[in-house]
Amino acid sequence: MECQECHERPATLHFTQVINGEKTEVYVCEICAKEKGYMNYPEEGYSLHHLLSGLLNSTFESPKSTAGQQTEELQCPKCEMTLSEFKRVGKFGCPDCYETFAANLDPIFRRVHSGNTKHYGKIPARIGGDMRLKKQVDAHKEELQRLIKNEAFEEAATIRDKIKALEEQTRGDDT
Amino acid sequence: MTLQDFMNEAISPWMREEGPDSDIVLSSRIRLARNFVRYSFPILANEKDLQYINEFIYQEYENQSFQDYHDFSFVPIKDLTPVERRVLVEKHLISPHLAERNHASAVLISKNEQVSIMVNEEDHLRIQLYYPGSQLNKALKKVFELDDWLEEKIDYAFDEERGYLTGCPTNVGTGMRASVMMHLPALSWTQQINRMIPAINQLGLVVRGIYGEGSQATGNIFQISNQITLGKSEEDIVEDLQSVVRELIEHERNARNQIMDQSQIRLEDRIYRSYGVLTCSRIIESKEAAKCLSDVRLGIDSGIIEDVPRNILNELMVLTQPGFLQQYAKKTLTPNERDVLRASLIRERMQLEN
Repeated sequence: MECQECHERPATLHFTQVINGEKTEVYVCEICAKEKGYMNYPEEGYSLHHLLSGLLNSTFESPKSTAGQQTEELQCPKCEMTLSEFKRVGKFGCPDCYETFAANLDPIFRRVHSGNTKHYGKIPARIGGDMRLKKQVDAHKEELQRLIKNEAFEEAATIRDKIKALEEQTRGDDT
Repeated sequence: MTLQDFMNEAISPWMREEGPDSDIVLSSRIRLARNFVRYSFPILANEKDLQYINEFIYQEYENQSFQDYHDFSFVPIKDLTPVERRVLVEKHLISPHLAERNHASAVLISKNEQVSIMVNEEDHLRIQLYYPGSQLNKALKKVFELDDWLEEKIDYAFDEERGYLTGCPTNVGTGMRASVMMHLPALSWTQQINRMIPAINQLGLVVRGIYGEGSQATGNIFQISNQITLGKSEEDIVEDLQSVVRELIEHERNARNQIMDQSQIRLEDRIYRSYGVLTCSRIIESKEAAKCLSDVRLGIDSGIIEDVPRNILNELMVLTQPGFLQQYAKKTLTPNERDVLRASLIRERMQLEN
């Protein structure tokens, strides 16, 4: 049976409306049902945020909470966002919340970002200057380990010098 | 630059140039979410803090230029009428979410409309940069330069471990959403797209309609963007998206060729019927207009229709949206009146080119 509204898609839903005792039957597809208001959807529809707050709730329900409801609740000193409020809205209140709720975040990030919890990307050019160097040093150190393992000592020596130079640079410009 | 300039033209100046693969990829966009350290995110910030950020952006960047992005205009949202807000949404210069805010929110737009920076949306800053056609890598390079330029004066909320800190856990890390707008009529007709979407989702990418989250794919236009922002570098995310885009382009071209080979007369019939509707109808709904515009666009791309420039379709796609029609009429219109005005505008534009 085709949809009564669009006459294009197959009707997948069947509604019975009773208005003033008069019964009408409607056969429509899901899209038209949504558009013509046969089905009531919440304001934003099925959004990631709804899903997310569901995830947060299940993540936080640890067995510890049964010990006593009155235990002091985690609260951000900067914006006063509480853990339960964060759970409810699924949003942080301020940058400091990341620090406040740090212990609870890994499982959430893992679920939202396919198992990832650490940032591997751009570092701000100005405020992240030292971090950029540090990241370079870390990368070089990994490379160094690999070279030593492969007994490529000559190359390892050059890398070691590079690390030294970078580390001196970090100490040099204290900003 | 006045607000009127943004309101009068349906297509942004940057859209007048054609980018690579622009028969299928309409535009590429990179959006970065950035926040000021020491200030609460907009959902929780008090009016005073929101004012401060708004004022800061106004003082530092109004009328400034960076590279090709000249004369930034600062537009406070609360000064706009509902129709004007809608027009900016339809032009993709602001998000529907920003359009609804009545607090101290604003948007900073470059003269060529290639850059728009939303102030006090879900994050303090949402930096958007557009390129015509498929040019994600170029957009990424440019948006990074723009980001560094802004950062000269702003202390961003950044954490070594977590990256750029954002209001929503779904944006943390790179704070980046890269997306492309694609016209995929052949993949839609043959329903191949339905089979491809689940596979695309598995790669951490999302397929949506033209106006973002929750919107339907009208006129066979699909938006493809990354979902994950943490644990992968911006370059890798863009590369993944780019390879899916390349794949989709190839499949779309194959599907088009196949339709041409197997049922050219049916294709021609469909395209010319739509052409007929656009040039003759007196009342047209936005959904029907979008479908017909998609058909005619395919007609142009496949050489069946020769005397209509492709750009007209880009323009009509925006021009025939409810907000724009009312802006054009300079008054509020009932849906019925809109359908009549839409039909007459389309007829006029199509004739203009003949």
